[in-house]
Amino acid sequence: MGFLDIRNVTKAYGNVQVLHEVDIEVEEGEFLVLVGPSGCGKSTLLNMIAGLESITSGDIAIRGRPMNGVHPSKRNIAMVFQSYALYPNMTVAQNITFGLEMHGVPKSERDKALAEVAKLLQIDHLLARKPGQLSGGQRQRVAMGRALVRNPDVFLFDEPLSNLDAKLRVDMRTEIKKLHQKLKTTIVYVTHDQIEAMTLSTRIAVMFKGYVQQLGTPKEIYDQPANLFVATFMGSPAMNILPATVVTENGAAHAEITDAEGAPRRLRFSQQAMAQWAGRKVLLGIRPEAITDPEGADRKSGNIQQLRNRVTVTEPAGSDTFVTMTLSGKDVIARMRADANVVPAQVFDFAINMDKAVAFDPETEARILA
Amino acid sequence: MSAASQETAVSTGRVTRTFIYLVLLLFALYYLLPLYVMVVNSVKPLPEITGGNMMSLPQTFTLEPWLSAWSTAQIGVEPTGLKPYFINSILMVVPAVAISTVLGALNGYVLTKWRFKYDGIVFGLLLFSCFIPFQIVLIPMAVVLGKLGLAGSVPGLVLVHVVYGLGFTTLYYRNYYAAFPTELVRAAMIDGAGFFRIFWRILLPVSGPITVVSVIWQFTNIWNDFLFGVSFGGTRQPMTVALNNLVQSSTGVKEYNVHFAGAILAALPTLLVYIVAGRYFVRGLMAGSVKG
Amino acid sequence: MRQAADADFRTRLQDLLPKLVLAPSFAATLLFVYGFIIFTVVLSFTGSKMLPLYTFVGFENYRKLWALEHWHTALINIAIFASCYIVICTAVGLMLAIFLDQKIRGEGVLRPIYLYPMALSFIVTGTAWKWFLDPGIGLEKTMHLWGWESFSFTWIKDSNMAIYTIVIAAVWQTSGFVMAMFLAGLRGIDNEILKAAQIDGATSFQLYRRIVIPLLRPAFLSAFVILSHLAIKSYDLVIALTGGGPGRATELPATFMYSYTFTRNQMGIGASSAVMMLMAIAAIMIPYLYSELKEKA
Repeated sequence: MGFLDIRNVTKAYGNVQVLHEVDIEVEEGEFLVLVGPSGCGKSTLLNMIAGLESITSGDIAIRGRPMNGVHPSKRNIAMVFQSYALYPNMTVAQNITFGLEMHGVPKSERDKALAEVAKLLQIDHLLARKPGQLSGGQRQRVAMGRALVRNPDVFLFDEPLSNLDAKLRVDMRTEIKKLHQKLKTTIVYVTHDQIEAMTLSTRIAVMFKGYVQQLGTPKEIYDQPANLFVATFMGSPAMNILPATVVTENGAAHAEITDAEGAPRRLRFSQQAMAQWAGRKVLLGIRPEAITDPEGADRKSGNIQQLRNRVTVTEPAGSDTFVTMTLSGKDVIARMRADANVVPAQVFDFAINMDKAVAFDPETEARILA
Repeated sequence: MSAASQETAVSTGRVTRTFIYLVLLLFALYYLLPLYVMVVNSVKPLPEITGGNMMSLPQTFTLEPWLSAWSTAQIGVEPTGLKPYFINSILMVVPAVAISTVLGALNGYVLTKWRFKYDGIVFGLLLFSCFIPFQIVLIPMAVVLGKLGLAGSVPGLVLVHVVYGLGFTTLYYRNYYAAFPTELVRAAMIDGAGFFRIFWRILLPVSGPITVVSVIWQFTNIWNDFLFGVSFGGTRQPMTVALNNLVQSSTGVKEYNVHFAGAILAALPTLLVYIVAGRYFVRGLMAGSVKG
Repeated sequence: MRQAADADFRTRLQDLLPKLVLAPSFAATLLFVYGFIIFTVVLSFTGSKMLPLYTFVGFENYRKLWALEHWHTALINIAIFASCYIVICTAVGLMLAIFLDQKIRGEGVLRPIYLYPMALSFIVTGTAWKWFLDPGIGLEKTMHLWGWESFSFTWIKDSNMAIYTIVIAAVWQTSGFVMAMFLAGLRGIDNEILKAAQIDGATSFQLYRRIVIPLLRPAFLSAFVILSHLAIKSYDLVIALTGGGPGRATELPATFMYSYTFTRNQMGIGASSAVMMLMAIAAIMIPYLYSELKEKA
């Protein structure tokens, strides 16, 4: 039994089922991120944990105490909202202590808690202001302050960074991570941004169409995606997906693809067991950073395959250069060192790290576990 | 007209502009003339009106017609002036506006922040009630007020105006609260505030503008009502009914100057509201017209 | 926010409270609006005279109503009044709005002048216009005194023209409001669209005819609905301005209903005329409200 248990939880509005048997155990101190495109059910699940939406079937328990039907204020949770939801008519100090006031905490204790939180978040100088007088980043801190001051069992974050501009978002992300490392609180965090999910979490639940597609550590999710959706949703630029046929050559399994000129080319799989799929079609998944120039290839890899192909476009991005080519009729993006010597419309020797390649069953879209 | 005036990109020639100004001024005249005539003639002695020009300024200035209209003019059969009816109207308007506004605010809060199954139908039924021709409820209302012993009383009129004003006040607050972020309500719930506390501490403090709109709308409508007043007023008739009795009385000489003074007295409260809070007045009219 | 059956007491109370708060208003509306509508419909099928009776006479009252000369007069009058009132108010409102939108100096002064009549009751409006249009002391006499001896304006005493004096007074009261609606519509139009049209070579006239006026469609619809609703309900203005006269020349359905019900003691017929009025308004309002609410949902 975990600290926060979500057991076979479903949610339906009338006949429309928006959440299908979600089963997650969250340990104390964990940072769980629910990530997925909009409409995947992640916010619904968060609202159910908060008690803002009812549970159609299944159980949610915090510290072993069943929460079904318990009023939000009695769950010992705190929530940071996407819009921050600061009360516009109250000062920052009143905003932060409103929850304590509602729970009948005496004034002196409220003031003490306020002072601690204000110091932690460095918002001492803002306490007398109204939310309308604050910048986006400051509002974000106040919203976190309001959650922290309650000292709850579980923190719930609902896309808290999506209203900030790009630079501030990165700063606040680091800030949240620091706070988690310092306070060791249990957090459930909803976002549609896969980078936030990767950087912040100790575990990720990737959700799509009301199902948890995969639950795992960021590394598991990234390197061993359970299916095609997880593979393409996580990572930017997205994983390259190529139709391929499995063939055996000298007893070793290869993926047969076509190059820019339409000529067949073969890439040897690292997993020998792929031979079981000989003669069948698969979808080959290769992350952009697994395709480099030969000098930039990962030296620890045991299976670097060279592939000579024509370059379509190069996009220097400062730290990296993205190179596009055509394989099996698809645009394939490679992530190269900034100083890789690639010229558009010329042929180039690409190095593909097949240790990092994965394959999917085109029928079920599940990863082939070989 | 709430938005800051946005400049039109259209440019016009000199002749066109002169024409436009001319038309605009002519219409200003059309709107102002009746008011001018009423004001000017309310301070003239009667012979100056019947013998002279209604457009000309008074040669002899007198407040006599105003005093007469207020306290001695013949209303129906009693020479009471409009004063008792003015008081009736005040006694009717204040509670009716207060009750319908408070209920409208609570209804709007429930319909936006505590939604339930079929709340759309409830709102639809309330909304349609704004637009019924009141003739359809006159007979049953007369019967019910009689049974309740409220016929011809101020509480009876208050009840009528509250019931038939609820649709509008609910509409105002519903539209206003619909734009209020629901996340704030959710945050307050997690903070431990209940139904009334959320309303009192979170929504009400930001409801100033819509409350002004709702109060002005209700005040104007109820003050200006004639149909309910004449049907159910009995001996406690409101100002509009008394003014009509004053003007339509067929006995004796027609004291035009007193009629005009009376008309201005009847118009004064709503006119004052319009002058002081015209911006909100217009907003109320718009909110009542452009639904949803 | 529905909760599971095993909700704790507080949650269940919180779940119930909103409905409890809404209940009185909803019950009052059901009774005083919808209950009363049913009551009136029932009465329209009874032989009620001075007091409600429950002797059912079928469609007798409707048959009588449609055979009455007075009712026909009222219908013809409402047709004239409503069409003139709606068309003129809309035309004047639109014209004033477009003119005011030309960066007019003094807009801040003109706008409140156009709008203030809306704050006045129909009784005050009627009183003011009654004397202004009276040939004995009003406009006609003024023109004569100013030397225009042949000027004649006696519509208010003329049974054929009296209905138009009601239009004049009603337009005076409401057209400013229609202006405000159109002005809000005009100010809501994206300026870049107008700039684009000018770069495309549209003249001012074409700009309004082809682009601006079509974009004001929602304002036209709202104006039409509000004005037709006001027209059908019109009662006080007629009472104050003409008292339904001369003779019965300015009888409208609303005055008809009132006099048949309360002074002529023909409650059954009065009720049936009220039902006709409700049906007319419902035919306009229900599709409008339905579409407005649906758009929002």
